[in-house]
Amino acid sequence: MNGRENSKPVWREPTFAQGVRDMAVVSLGVAAWGMVTGMAMVNTGLGVGMSVFMSLVVYAGSAQLAALPLLAMGAPLWLIWGTALCVNLRFVIFSAQWRPFFMHLGRPQRLWHGYLSTDMGYVLFMRRYGSVQTPADPSTQREAVAYFWGGAVLNWLAWQSSSMVGIFLADSIPSHWGIGFAGTLALLALSCSLITDRITVVTALAAGSAALAAYAWPMRLNIVAAIAAGVALGVLLDQWNGRGTRHEHR
Amino acid sequence: MSTDELVLAMLGLAAVTVLTRCFFFISDREWPIPVWLQEGLRHAPLAALMAIIAPSVLMDAQGQWLQTWQDARLAAVAVAVMWFLWRRDLLGTILAGTAVMLLMRLGLGW
Repeated sequence: MNGRENSKPVWREPTFAQGVRDMAVVSLGVAAWGMVTGMAMVNTGLGVGMSVFMSLVVYAGSAQLAALPLLAMGAPLWLIWGTALCVNLRFVIFSAQWRPFFMHLGRPQRLWHGYLSTDMGYVLFMRRYGSVQTPADPSTQREAVAYFWGGAVLNWLAWQSSSMVGIFLADSIPSHWGIGFAGTLALLALSCSLITDRITVVTALAAGSAALAAYAWPMRLNIVAAIAAGVALGVLLDQWNGRGTRHEHR
Repeated sequence: MSTDELVLAMLGLAAVTVLTRCFFFISDREWPIPVWLQEGLRHAPLAALMAIIAPSVLMDAQGQWLQTWQDARLAAVAVAVMWFLWRRDLLGTILAGTAVMLLMRLGLGW
């Protein structure tokens, strides 16, 4: 997978290594979730072989977890796929933000980006490139794609290896330890680094409250509600604050 | 479900996942997004994170609110946030929170 246009392969770009380093910091959380997902697949009665297949092919923790009970009860395929669609809706929003960085690539590579994109990868990427003014500039694109791949490769390795550990050792890992919570703590650490001023404090509180209030909604649609609440309030506060207060990116 | 059905279900799940994750960059056609929305979407990453974090800290798997403050997750979150305010490093924040959670779970049985 190399972004050929500059003859320099993607992993030779300095931002590739930066992507790896940034992902390494949160990879403990990724691994904790991967392991919990691996254990969940085996514990719902999916065989070891099918669990390995699901992990490698689907590679979407929240969609896998949502599909498991439906697979176990033999639900119709349209319901299983429809549930996965709803659980993945947040990524439809994210894809609008990825677009200017990726549109210069061929479609096969864009599809790979779809397979490899994750919550963690999205947040890290947007933390670095989200407020870039010229995302469609070729040198920005080259840098950004390399950064994406650096994070994505480590993310995939951390997730798949820990998922395999969970699948093969499902019986010997005590689930009451609540190891999966390390994943939540990784997201918490990332959120802390994104809360930089009063506006972000308020949008964070609003999004969290919306997610709790809408928790009873099916198919994790509360996540979409929370994003809508956070973005809507952010737009209002930015306006009120006289715009122009965009954050510097590092 | 038979093996064939399971394989079909998985392939469908993979297709749905990839299609949603590259929804807006799969087709070459332009998607005009209004400027205010484009700007507003910079709030989306934090909102998405909070959407996942808040329920997994304050609710149990059944969607019930925490019944007690003696919860390993609350303690872990408190220590993690304090660690972040003190040191500003992500890895330390994750490790400190995880350590406290394991300590409370295994040591105090919370």
